[in-house]
Amino acid sequence: MFRSTWLSLTNDSVLVSNDLGEYAILPSQVTEALTAGRLSSDHPRYRDLLAKGFVNRPERGGQGLERSVAHTRKASAWQGPSLHIFVVTLRCDHACAYCQVSRASLAATGKDMSIEHANLAVERVFESPSQSLTIEFQGGEPALRFDLIRHIIETVETRNRTEGRSINFSMVSTLHQLGEAELEFCRDHSIHISTSIDGPPAVHNAQRHNPSKDAWERTTRQLDYARSIVGHQGVVAMPTITRTALAMPKEIVDTYVDLGFASIFLRPISPYGFALKTRKAIGYDMEAYIAFYAEALDYILALNAAGVEIVESYSAILLRHIFTPFGSNYVDLRSPAGAGLGVLVYNYDGQVYPADEARMAAETGDARFALGTVNDTLDQLLGSGTMRWLATGAVAETLPGCSDCAFVPFCGADPVYHATAQGDPIGNRATSEFCQKHTGLFKILFEHIGRADPDTLRTFQAWAFQRPRQDIHLTGFAEA
Amino acid sequence: MTLGLANSTHAKVDGVDDIRILKLLSVEEAAITYLHPYWTLTQCEGGWVGTQSEGGIAISDVRDPAVLAPGNVIRLRSGASVVTVLWRRGARTNTLFATERCNSLCLMCSQPPRVVDDDWRVAEMLDIIPLVDKAEAHLGITGGEPTLLGDGLTKVLDACRRELPETKLHVLTNGRNFRMPNDAANWIAAGGQMTTWAVPLYADVPDIHDEVVVAPGAFDETLDGLYELARNGARVELRVVLHALTVPRLRQLSAFIYRRLPFVDHVALMGLEPMGFAKGNRDRLWIDPADYVDVLSDAVAFLANRSVNVSLYNLPLCVLPRHLWPFARQSISEWKNNFPQTCGPCVVKAHCAGFFASAGPAWRSRNIQTISLGDFTHAMA
Repeated sequence: MFRSTWLSLTNDSVLVSNDLGEYAILPSQVTEALTAGRLSSDHPRYRDLLAKGFVNRPERGGQGLERSVAHTRKASAWQGPSLHIFVVTLRCDHACAYCQVSRASLAATGKDMSIEHANLAVERVFESPSQSLTIEFQGGEPALRFDLIRHIIETVETRNRTEGRSINFSMVSTLHQLGEAELEFCRDHSIHISTSIDGPPAVHNAQRHNPSKDAWERTTRQLDYARSIVGHQGVVAMPTITRTALAMPKEIVDTYVDLGFASIFLRPISPYGFALKTRKAIGYDMEAYIAFYAEALDYILALNAAGVEIVESYSAILLRHIFTPFGSNYVDLRSPAGAGLGVLVYNYDGQVYPADEARMAAETGDARFALGTVNDTLDQLLGSGTMRWLATGAVAETLPGCSDCAFVPFCGADPVYHATAQGDPIGNRATSEFCQKHTGLFKILFEHIGRADPDTLRTFQAWAFQRPRQDIHLTGFAEA
Repeated sequence: MTLGLANSTHAKVDGVDDIRILKLLSVEEAAITYLHPYWTLTQCEGGWVGTQSEGGIAISDVRDPAVLAPGNVIRLRSGASVVTVLWRRGARTNTLFATERCNSLCLMCSQPPRVVDDDWRVAEMLDIIPLVDKAEAHLGITGGEPTLLGDGLTKVLDACRRELPETKLHVLTNGRNFRMPNDAANWIAAGGQMTTWAVPLYADVPDIHDEVVVAPGAFDETLDGLYELARNGARVELRVVLHALTVPRLRQLSAFIYRRLPFVDHVALMGLEPMGFAKGNRDRLWIDPADYVDVLSDAVAFLANRSVNVSLYNLPLCVLPRHLWPFARQSISEWKNNFPQTCGPCVVKAHCAGFFASAGPAWRSRNIQTISLGDFTHAMA
């Protein structure tokens, strides 16, 4: 069984893929012959398609190997939640245009996580069977409660002396509240810091409002300071792409290059958590984002070819899904979906959600997403009615619009998005922005693969296999 | 012409009934050895001698004395003047020969199989293994197809693990018999963590692989065998012999290996050894390496980029583009390795795999050349 999707290459090319994660780019008449079961065994592509499992040979050997490839690609599904997000406070020092509901004012009360809830959440973390755990601190601005972060990390580390898990810490922060003591703690406990930089100073300041109205200056000053303590690679950043940013892909990328970042994650504005009125001002159609992304990616690829190594992080994730036979460690794009199975969010109020977007939806009054509270055991949370409801839209291969899409082996399901945007976890791919985004990005990447420019393939392999570009040998063929 | 030591020599042999497996010792070693005198000969003026109580075996008038050195394990037969070295101290590669029988009949087999009853080799290997130096780093087991020994192979592996716990074993097998889960589990358990199973795979599709090994169904059986090897946690090396039938799909094979067999520890891409069946099949097999280095570069790059450990065997450096040199290994056993006269002044000769002694002019690439220091300064400029 295989799936096919048209690509826009110079000839009439079709991408075919199967559940082994194998793919091929074929002229349409070859795909038609393959579909009809009349591809001649002396056709030049016949052996390629036989080897990749597109031509069925019922008596074939290696079926055990095929089962184990399929199993490996889905292994993350039963490893247990690995990403545990602690929303230690909803208060924030910034009031960004695109973030209205997942923040509260600095002076707000009742928006911080209690120490009791934090301790219970740590219990839930260790109930996960996952051998590797990432604990991420979010907000609001989590650094406003660095005391609580310190407590949680020390509790986790003490507990882990007997648990022996592999644990990573990360924190999403504006950087503004991090002083010497906090940064030294980050360094000593290997907390990866992720911050937001929206582009050149004018764009950043227009979108990210801080009380002293000098967000860019303070952020970049703090970036230098943080790097001086935690090391240059200890801080990563990502922009939120707003309507203003759509017109300036090069300027945004250049900002990241100038600031010395090794990567950029070109994230579209989240459909969650801001009022419709705001959306009209700064939002856009997904089609516009895809056009922006294609242009930005071309520019990034040109930079890499010219020796400026910068990774576009989302392409890197998608390319790992395309190029490797292994499962994804990225919880936001997998099938079965990462919601709950891969991620748990412990909110400041003790509620537990299956995704960051779910707690944002809850802030807008959509009460369908809580799995329970930190008082519930992991089994209770994952056995909740909410999880069973989300599970109806969690397996991409079974969803209408996904089940026959050639990108599905490399894509994922997002039942939380579809439930918030379209009413139910299954959703409708014809009008889904999640689907528009991913089919758009996969088309861009597969068309690059189909064109097989050696410099691009070298960059793509460096990203997919997470190696320096100069370590990648040029190949004269694409796996297509 | 330089050629490594031969594996046998003639000599005057006395005192042997039937067949004896013996270890040669220096006088100093003989004084402190843990081995029973039954198993040893000691170096003496003009040859090697055993104790009178063990039959008074003696070797004298050795035609090529360099072949026999302290530490070596040898075979003597009554009434024969041949002394065969079965294990050589200090050799780059030592192998135990498991059987002449094989269930494949590869077009390029350098060791053509014979239908013989050679189960006696199990007993011989069990004699040799305790005589091998405990410090031996690597020991190969080859054939023929070693799994045709059945439980005999398990016994040999058990003996290696017991007698040579620090030695890494390298077993050449076509993998087909590993498709049987119980046998596979027994062999893999006996081999343990120190054993690498080296399995040939010649294509990503059945018809080409089966054509090369001259055994219908072999591709499917090998894949099922590889699955059992992986499932039992065995260390696996894949071997691809490069010739006119395997080169055309080498790129696709490298993709197949990474996608379907990501558990393999090592992939060896090997130049052809012009011995045995290969000689008679030259017309079907020969392709000048100069005509496949582009395909080879792509396959190596594909695997190396994915962090698959890949090596090139049996290919002289002068036929390889410079970027492939880091992957090239000196893989040819000393006793069949040589360099033609023209290699004399070559500056990379000491790092080069060189040639099979059996490779006549018809088997040499048009690109063979002497590399001078000037070539380097030119290339680096």
